[in-house]
Amino acid sequence: MALDDRKTDFTFVGTRPNRPDGLDKVTGRAKFGADMSAPGMLHGAILRSPHAHARIVKIDTSKAEALKDVKAVVTRADFADVPFKPGLAGEFWNVLENVMAGEKALYDGHAVAAVAATSALAARDALKLIEVEYEVLPHVTDVDKAMAPDAPVIREGAADYSVPEGMHPNVVRYHESGHGDVDAGFAEADLVLEDSFVTEATHQGYIEPHACLGLLGNDGKGELWCTTQGHWIAQKTCAALLGIETSQLRVTASEIGGGFGGKTTVFIEPVALALSRKANRPVKLVMTRSEVFRATGPTASASMDIKIGMKKDGTITAARGEFRLQGGAFPGAPGDMTAMCAFAAYNLTNVKQIGYDVMANRPKQAAYRAPGAPMGAFAVESVIDEMCNKLGLDPIEVRLKNAAHEGTKASYGPRYERIGLVETLEAAKAHPHYSAPLKPGQGRGVSCGFWFNHGGETSVTLALSEDGSAQLMVGTPDIGGSRASMALMAAEVLGIPYENIRVTVADTATLGYNDVSHGSRVTYASGLATIKAARHAVEKLCERAAAKWDIPVEAVKWENGCAVPSGPNAGDFDPMPLADITAKMGRTGGPISGHFEATPEGAGVSFGTHIVDAEVDPETGKTTITRYTVIQDAGKAIHPTYVEGQFQGGAAQGIGWALNEEYIYGEDGRLQNSIFLDYRIPVASDLPMIDTVIVEVPNPGHPFGVRGVGETGIVPPLAAIANAVSNAAGVRMKQLPMSPPRILAALKDNG
Amino acid sequence: MDYHSPASFAEASALAANATGVTRFLAGGTDVLVQLRSELVTPDTLIDIKKIDGVSDITRNADGSWTLGVAATGAEMSEHAELSRDWPGVVEAMDLIGSTQVQGRATLTGNLCNGSPAADSVPAMVAAGVTVSVTGPDGTREVAVEDIPTGPGKTSLSKGEVISAVNIPARGNNAGDAYLRFIPRTEMDIAVVGVGVSLRLDGDTVTEARVSLGAVAPTVLLVEDCAKAIIGSTLDDAALDALAAAASAACNPIDDKRGTIEFRTEVAGVLAKRAAKIAYARAKGEKA
Ligand SMILES: Cc1cc2nc3c(=O)[nH]c(=O)nc-3n(C[C@H](O)[C@H](O)[C@H](O)COP(=O)(O)OP(=O)(O)OC[C@H]3O[C@@H](n4cnc5c(N)ncnc54)[C@H](O)[C@@H]3O)c2cc1C
Repeated sequence: MALDDRKTDFTFVGTRPNRPDGLDKVTGRAKFGADMSAPGMLHGAILRSPHAHARIVKIDTSKAEALKDVKAVVTRADFADVPFKPGLAGEFWNVLENVMAGEKALYDGHAVAAVAATSALAARDALKLIEVEYEVLPHVTDVDKAMAPDAPVIREGAADYSVPEGMHPNVVRYHESGHGDVDAGFAEADLVLEDSFVTEATHQGYIEPHACLGLLGNDGKGELWCTTQGHWIAQKTCAALLGIETSQLRVTASEIGGGFGGKTTVFIEPVALALSRKANRPVKLVMTRSEVFRATGPTASASMDIKIGMKKDGTITAARGEFRLQGGAFPGAPGDMTAMCAFAAYNLTNVKQIGYDVMANRPKQAAYRAPGAPMGAFAVESVIDEMCNKLGLDPIEVRLKNAAHEGTKASYGPRYERIGLVETLEAAKAHPHYSAPLKPGQGRGVSCGFWFNHGGETSVTLALSEDGSAQLMVGTPDIGGSRASMALMAAEVLGIPYENIRVTVADTATLGYNDVSHGSRVTYASGLATIKAARHAVEKLCERAAAKWDIPVEAVKWENGCAVPSGPNAGDFDPMPLADITAKMGRTGGPISGHFEATPEGAGVSFGTHIVDAEVDPETGKTTITRYTVIQDAGKAIHPTYVEGQFQGGAAQGIGWALNEEYIYGEDGRLQNSIFLDYRIPVASDLPMIDTVIVEVPNPGHPFGVRGVGETGIVPPLAAIANAVSNAAGVRMKQLPMSPPRILAALKDNG
Repeated sequence: MDYHSPASFAEASALAANATGVTRFLAGGTDVLVQLRSELVTPDTLIDIKKIDGVSDITRNADGSWTLGVAATGAEMSEHAELSRDWPGVVEAMDLIGSTQVQGRATLTGNLCNGSPAADSVPAMVAAGVTVSVTGPDGTREVAVEDIPTGPGKTSLSKGEVISAVNIPARGNNAGDAYLRFIPRTEMDIAVVGVGVSLRLDGDTVTEARVSLGAVAPTVLLVEDCAKAIIGSTLDDAALDALAAAASAACNPIDDKRGTIEFRTEVAGVLAKRAAKIAYARAKGEKA
């Protein structure tokens, strides 16, 4: 969707006002998922499987139900046998199965029953009285082992048509793409390097646990308040899982304490509603941190083989990758995404990528910023770095030599429109960081990263008030300062101050459908919709002015917040400010609003380049990140501070993923580190100041040139840090996280 | 759950002696309350010792030794300039525990009696030769810190016994101590290896030394071979290598989510050297 009315000079866009939700958040006035209460409210708690894989022989809830404080107990029998609704099909069943186990518990932490009681403590105590008889089954948690012939089968018949014959039933989807002839390409190369890499699953690590308040009557009408990245998907899914009509469930998104992709589906929401329906009272459910780790989120874990051929001058002649991703006991690991993104930064004549989606006895993987892409980038960019070292070439020069640009046939198929990869590489090369001297024991790493970005279904409404202020209703929960960006874009179109616009994340009863806040889509799609809704309102404002002046509407234009005659021939009238028009709107035709609903298709792919310095203690294997610079194409930064925040957040989370974060399973298949003490996300003092450079190569698909920035920032860090650490340690690190014991062992192996 | 707040250690001891089920003393509560909330340990009897007179006092005795009340917190220790000057290793070990909030509550005694092999203040106390006063039904006895832990989560205290004071010896001249721990991050983590060293010099030569290791065995260890390796030396490279070798040899760790056997064994040696150098510099009056 190319637009010919793209704007390039701005009044409000590009400034850095405070976010409208900032004061509420720093003063504690903001209401998060657990902050809502209702009269007569009960507290829910969920019983979870202690086994990685077990048949549920029997559940006896009678003792719990007999307690006076207990008002409802639910198991799988209390959920609708889902009649496949259009558009939801198989994944729908998966969500139900994940929300409440059916015949089998599929992972440690899988929900098997839930209670609602008059206090949180009573609910927790009641869980202990539920007797579950399990028949423990063999389990598998490792991706390569889950594909091996002797692996226990998690679910027969889960594979789709794409899987080649002869593969283990745990392989449920297969992806293959590319172009050219890789074998011929390898034959042309001066150096061919082949290597294998593994990454562990990590959790999104949002600070706010999942929490909700649900109310559902026997008349099939309900209300749900929850922390989510998308309340329409919560509405649609909950309604289907409970067998009620979608429109009868009204869902309100609370403020959200982080999501990063992990809050794009439901976990406890249908359970709270099922308990409420049974007890006929509102039910609140709040997960503990341990439940968050055991039963929500994590990413896939990955095992990958890469082969790249290169000429002495750094030209890549061929590239091939195999990516095996384990996404828990359900289909959905993004093996296809990993494969498609892995080589997307390069202009390759010969490329082939294969991705596998593999099931194992772990929680259902959820999106985590650019799902699948960071792992592939880690493997591919590590091999490129090693080849640069072997051929004595500069890593940025080699990337520039092979960089994708406008017109390049992407490794995953289409031809790129205008993209900004080369600009990020040039900015990296010119940045003082890249030429700064390194101290002994330090190493430097660079990496590029790619993400698709997404449009998605979007509805926005803008209503003007009599006093000339505006209320904007968007349907995408604000996970990164988006209300500020929306207000800036509306201000730009309307020509009224940023402060005069209140942006509300509307509930599902107030607006049409909105896709989740994911795919880096909010500033792009809700932004585009905001601009169009504001322009719609401006058309009406111009009509009112035209009527007043008694001239054709074509003879009126909108400038700096006022209707003005479009030229000398239109007539001689004083500019008519927005507030003058709205003050009289009730008498001149009624309320003035603007609307926009669509599925914008021009999201515009995004690239970034990161530079990292790391220092490794050779005696303990401990890594310190000493300097970090993020350079990324934002298309147009609407609110530069929040763009920088996204860049820095990607780097911070990448540092955690690269160095210490990992899911650790015991021999028994149980998660061993389900608290923040042992699941080691970086603390503030682990991080250097993360420097940022915003590159702006406008996206032709957005009126102001926006490209989403939320996800690309987590694609390069794993590789850039691995390259820095490998260069500092003098040994190639091929397994994440690069925890001190792994680095020390690698140093010893290296002599 | 029964909650008591006795006014004396004798009373606390009697309450504990007569209690049935799981009993916990409540000092800072940074272990007890966390374990309670996560349903690891739900005590039947909780005896809060913070209402007993003098439990937060930090006192320098006439002979230069120190007596610390059992509720004196990490923050109170760090803010005590004289104590920090005498025993920087003990104070820095305690100061490593948790965050600012945890520092306002956590105590040496709680850290010791929680019985974690990875407890940070314990190797520093062992190296420093700290003892505790234990009040029980039969009166009060003095016990060396290294004799309190008997295994993960276990202590040698018998039913009805409560620690009533922490006794730190007089520092004396030409002496210094230090504590180092290894964690993969920079704070808010649990020791993968901890090493406490305390030593005294005559000129450049080490005349007395105590070296203690944490997180490398079921209990914190006092390692005589480490002391032997450096006593009589000027902490030259050969002595340091011998110290590292003795520290590694003393390790009897496990493989777990926090570190491997090989890693802990190796790093114990590395940290022993580094801690000894700091203690040595402090004994020489250098800033370290
Ligand atoms: C966020 C956080 C971070 C932490 N970080 C660290 C760390 O880095 N290093 C570390 O070592 N620990 C750490 N801890 C654990 C804890 O803070 C320490 O062990 C602390 O020193 C415990 O002291 P307390 O006074 O809070 O003990 P409490 O919780 O009050 O008691 C702990 C145990 O000691 C017993 N006890 C207390 N007083 C007496 C007494 N007078 N006589 C006999 N028994 C007694 C209790 O019965 C109980 O078993 C951390 C805890 C938290 C919550």
